[in-house]
This record gives sequence, structure tokens and C-alpha cells, in this order.
Amino acid sequence: MITVTNLSKHFGTVQALEAVQFRLDEGELFGFVGPDGAGKTTLFRILVTLLVPDTGNATVDGLDVVKDYRALRARLGYMPGRFSLYPDLSVEENLTFFASVFGTTVQANYDLIKDIYQQIEPFKDRRAGALSGGMKQKLALSCALIHRPRVLFLDEPTTGVDAVSRREFWEMLQRLKKGGLTIVVSTPYMDEAGQCDRVALIQEGRLLQIETPSAIEAQYNRPLLAVKAAQRYPLIQALRQYPHAHAVYAFGEYVHYTDARPTADVQALRAYLDTQSLTHIEIKPIPASIEDAFMELMHEPTT
Amino acid sequence: MKTFQGFVTKEFLHIFRDRRTLLILFGMPIIQLILFGFAIRNELNDVQVAVLDLSHDHVTQALTGELLHSPYFEGAAVLHSEQDIEAAFQRGAIKEAILFEPRFAQRLHRDGTAQVMLITDATDPNSAQTMVAYTSSILRDYQTRTFGTGSGVRIVPEVQMRFNPELKSVVLFVPGLIALILMLVCALMTSITITREKERGTMEILLVSPLRPLQIIIGKVLPYVLLSFINVVTILVLARFVFGVPVRGNLVLLLAECLLFIVCALAFGIFISTRAETQQTATMISLAGLLLPTVILSGFIFPIASMPLPLQYLSHIVPAKWFLIVVRGIMLKGVGLEYLWQETLILVGITLLLLVASLRNFNERLE
Repeated sequence: MITVTNLSKHFGTVQALEAVQFRLDEGELFGFVGPDGAGKTTLFRILVTLLVPDTGNATVDGLDVVKDYRALRARLGYMPGRFSLYPDLSVEENLTFFASVFGTTVQANYDLIKDIYQQIEPFKDRRAGALSGGMKQKLALSCALIHRPRVLFLDEPTTGVDAVSRREFWEMLQRLKKGGLTIVVSTPYMDEAGQCDRVALIQEGRLLQIETPSAIEAQYNRPLLAVKAAQRYPLIQALRQYPHAHAVYAFGEYVHYTDARPTADVQALRAYLDTQSLTHIEIKPIPASIEDAFMELMHEPTT
Repeated sequence: MKTFQGFVTKEFLHIFRDRRTLLILFGMPIIQLILFGFAIRNELNDVQVAVLDLSHDHVTQALTGELLHSPYFEGAAVLHSEQDIEAAFQRGAIKEAILFEPRFAQRLHRDGTAQVMLITDATDPNSAQTMVAYTSSILRDYQTRTFGTGSGVRIVPEVQMRFNPELKSVVLFVPGLIALILMLVCALMTSITITREKERGTMEILLVSPLRPLQIIIGKVLPYVLLSFINVVTILVLARFVFGVPVRGNLVLLLAECLLFIVCALAFGIFISTRAETQQTATMISLAGLLLPTVILSGFIFPIASMPLPLQYLSHIVPAKWFLIVVRGIMLKGVGLEYLWQETLILVGITLLLLVASLRNFNERLE
């Protein structure tokens, strides 16, 4: 569905993308995960024909993103990073407008957006500017879908949206995927990566790895401990100073600690932390989540 | 076509939803016209005059009576000698002095001509000329009434403009005002409405849509063409019926030229928006780059002929200058296209140039 070879793009002195390469199958729900400024938006803009790459090429649905951009534009759905809606138009007017711009009507494709649009339909006369983040997101998704695209590009669709709406949104994407739509999503939230069929980790313009979420979790091979103490910040400090520490980062109410050795010595670590005047110490080995795997990948120096 | 229709509908919705846009669009032209209309008044009321009658005969007394009893003038000072005139002007007690020469009636009967001197305070050139015109017409009325036409008897007014002897040509505000309002509404509004799409990020979606750049531009501009045209008609109607400004030439030609100028101003707006990334930049460029030249370099307020040469050359690229010549020609002189085709062609040229430049500048991508 999407083939990208050796794609590079720079802005001034900043290398936004460097030799990016991947393939994406039809009907896949594919995620790009990476921090802000990693190059996600640049990559999306190249794929939706809004930017021309410096080198390399990319095809979407068999069409070249540079040469065949006109034909391609009719086949793709795009939801830019900011919810690109007209705040002074009502919910219904926004949807009608985007339908008409793509030469179709809301009625013709209502079945496709019904699930999503029904949730905001009670507010159809409300101005889009007065919607909550979650509702804006649903409206923007409806607008991006209204012309029945072959492939959907969603650039950080869950940024700035509450947790419940985020979960609902991913459920919607799963349903769309079942309908056969190819979906490409980017997100800065690593926990969302588990929802995708395959995930690409992107950092500083490079793709670090492309795998299924379970494969990424499985390849994590370091001993991982969740540590907790009454004093959180001193705990992080103490762990970082521990001679065998490989990586230490806060993770919810726990601090995740990985050991540099093949196996971690929980007893010795507890003894060490006791000497650091920490109280209510709790240590337990845990299986790696996808976030741990990403932290580890990003921790490794790229070559 | 349906795609395009949807786009234009959306633009109208934007305009009607935004109270500020509506206010600028329709409130401003009317307010400006009223303000300018009453600030630059053509009719006179109770102008302070003084009569210095060196003759004291029945004709001068009759004339003085006619002048002072008209609604336009009121006697404001008593003058005994020519020295008093200067003093009265400097005190600001009078705006006009009327001086009858000695033996006025006698000369009129014997020689057929007699002289009356009209001295005005020309610090305000517009009212000075109007005063002279009013006074002269009262004198002329009396002359025709008393002696009939073709009698050979003439009262000769000799005009003296005090404080501003070279007296600039009268500024007639309506043509300038049309230019000003159209520039403001068309250029400013279009440049803002296009850059707004860039700021909101909706331009990204419009670009990805099957809409062609030309369709986006025309779709953006069409509502403003229509609304601006309504504005022009409003101004002309107000000018005609509230301020009595005549349209001596062909009304259809006048409206067509206005339409041309609207498109020209819109082209400026589009051009600005292809360059500016934010609404703020677009506003700044529109105000500084278009509004000021339209006010200052068009001949609207300051006569171009009295500007330094470099500014005169600069005024050639200000569309409002050509538009003013055209509109003044049609409205006030009543001339037709045979005299105005050059100016019209220049306007067409500027418009085409801007449109082509904008289309080339309008990127189908984000860079």
C-alpha cells in the first residue's frame, strides 16, 4: 500500500528525515511513535503530497507522491496535527463542506462515518470552536473520512485529548481497520503503540525499528524491576548512582530500573537502597511493556 | 462545480458569522461616507462676511441686502476702510470680505461694468472656492434680474484668495472614498481570509483536496466581489441622495470601472496572502502597503501635481490614482471611455500582473 525508499528531507540545517525506508500492507493499522520533533509530521506531509522529499521516493496506493500528487490527493484522507476545522462553522457545516470539497455528499458516505458521527450528531448545530477536544477529534476524523479514502493519515490525532476520548478513538480506528481501511497514525504516546498492527519508532529523523508491538516487547532482554519508595525523587537519584544501573526512569507511581548485568540482584539492590535512608521500599521484577522497550531502544546509541 | 459551490458557500458563512468582518464590510463604508461627507461640506451656512461699501448707492445697498439676507451669509463686522479688512481676517472674525468700488452704480450705468472684489480666507481652499461661487451667483442673479440678459451690463467680481493664493483643485471626496473603501475591504479582507486558513491549518486539507489553486482563490474572492459591489452601489446612492454628488456620465460604465477596481484590489489581497503566513502580517502589509498609498498617493487628498517628482513616479503604480481619474471623469466631467481608455487599460494591466504573480506564487504544496 505504501512503499518508502531512502527518503530524506531537510529544512535549512535541520535534517528532518534521514534515509527513511519502510513498506506498509493494505489494511494495516500502522503507527509511528516518537517524541516531538522526531520527523513524524514531515514524513506525513511528504506522504500526503504536501512536501517534496530531497531524495528518495514514496508511493501510496501505487501512486508516486511527487509525480501523481493530483490523483493521489483524491484517494487519501488526512487529518493534520491540529484539528483543522472551521471554528466558526457548525459541526454539520464543517462536515458538509469537506464532503462537497471532495465532490461527494454526507448522505452518500454516511455509513462509513455513522459510528463516529452519531456521537457528535446531537451537537450538530454547535460551532466547531465550542466543542471539547474529544468531540473536535471525532468531527475531524469524520471530515477526513467523508470522501471514502483508500488510506487514512492521522498526524497525532490524540494529542491534547483526554484519556477516555483517546481510548474511544483507538476503538474507532480498530473498527475502521476491520472495514478494510489502511490507517497510518503518529503519536508521541508510547502506550498507544500497542494498538497498532506494526509500529515504527522514529527519532531524530530516523526509523529505529519497525515491528509488531509484541515482537518489540519480546526482544527486550534486560532484567526489569519496578521500584517504589516513600521518597520518590531521592529514590531516582539513588538508583542512578547505583553502580550496576543501566537505565532509570519514572513510570507512573513506580520507578523502572534496568540492570546492566544479565540478571539483577534484588537483594543487593534493596540493601543498597536501605543505606540511602529511603523508607517503604518495594521492589518487584516485571515483564517489559512496549514503553519499556521503546525507552530501551531510544537509550541505545543509534549507529 | 459542486465542489466549487460548496467552497463559495463556506466563504459566505465565514463572512456572515464574523461580526467584525461584517462591520468592516458594511458599517465602515457608510460611516466613512457620512464622516467625509459632513467633514468636507460643499454647501455653506451663515458664513461670516463683511461688506465694505465705498459707493453707498442704491445698487450696492440692494446687493448688500441680498447677500446678507441669503441663508449662506451673515454680516459679521462693520468695515470703514480697506485696512479694516486685513484686521478682521486676522482676528478670524470673517471668512469673506466684499468690497464695492466707489461710484459703483454710476459706473454700472455709464460704462456698463462695475467691479466688486471678493476676498476670501483660503486657508480652507474648498470652502473658499465655494464662498466665491455662491457670492458670484448672487451677484449674477441680481444682474440678470435687474438689467436682463444681453444688456451689456456686467458686475465684474475680482477674486482674491488670501493666505493660499494658488488654491489647489477642489477635492471631491466620493471617488477617493470609493477607492479607499474598496482597497480596504477587498485587499485587506481577502488577504486575511486566505492567511487565516494557513494559520488554522485548514489550508493543508484544502490543498490535499481535489480543489485547484485557481478554484480556491476564486472561491475565496467571489463573495467579496459581490459584497464590495453592493458597497459601491450603497456609496453612490448615499452620495447622490444625501450629498447631492452627481453622476454626469454613463452609470453602467462607472459600475463596470468600479468592478474592475474591485478585482484589482482583490488581486492585491491575494498577492499579499500568497506571501504572508499570518493574519497579522497580512494586515500590516495591507495597511502600510496599500491603504497609505491609496490615501496619500492617489490624489484623493493631496494633489499629485504638487508632489516631488519621485513621489509622482511612485503614484503611477498606485491603482487608486488611475481609478480616481476614471471615476472623477465619469462622475463629474461626464466623459466616456474614449477619454478614459488609457487609465482603464493600466488598471487591467496591474490586475492581470498581480493575478498571474499570485497564481505562480500560490503553492500547491506547503513549501
